[in-house]
Amino acid sequence: MTTAEFALTKSIDARGMACPGPLLALIGAIRQGQIGDTFEVLSGDAGSRTDIPAWIAKAKHELVDVIAEPGFARFIVRKAR
Amino acid sequence: MIETEAPLSLILFSGTDDKLSAAAVLAVGAAAMGRPVNVFLQYYAVEAFRSDRIHADHGVALEASIAQAKQVAAYPGQHWSELLRQAKELGDVKIHACALSMEMFHLEKCDLDPIVDDVEGVAAFMTDASGPITFI
Repeated sequence: MTTAEFALTKSIDARGMACPGPLLALIGAIRQGQIGDTFEVLSGDAGSRTDIPAWIAKAKHELVDVIAEPGFARFIVRKAR
Repeated sequence: MIETEAPLSLILFSGTDDKLSAAAVLAVGAAAMGRPVNVFLQYYAVEAFRSDRIHADHGVALEASIAQAKQVAAYPGQHWSELLRQAKELGDVKIHACALSMEMFHLEKCDLDPIVDDVEGVAAFMTDASGPITFI
């Protein structure tokens, strides 16, 4: 699946950021966004694999997809509230 | 907002950058997950929060080997003070300096970075820090 299919509001390239930088970048984007907005976070940080889903579950947003890419992952997140 | 959870209470004693970074990561993670955070600065940690030297090189813990110290220095993460600033933006994060340590090092509230909310005594900290306390 390509990211174009998600009609992204914003893509955040957090590759190269250390834990918990990618999560903090996502939280910042979600806070500034509107309900229904879809964000993509690119992260090579191993902590993101557990932290981003944990935060999304806690904050009650929606993890649309996680796409593994060579050396990083794309987290597709929808602001649900 | 995320519902309130059990607080994370940290006592920062060490003033080395590695320990302060580890503590800041814990604080920002807890704040992101909706947990209130109480930070109490004692001894060398208080000195590290001096506004005139918060960004100075505070070294690493004695247990770090020379090779590890180089790896810590080379790691691209954000400065611990910036992580704590973000933690305060994310949630209910209070940073207090121990009154006794302030007196010991002849410091006043105005000598500390504004990220420190206030100076307080240990009993006041214990009022906020219900539950387990982590000493770093």
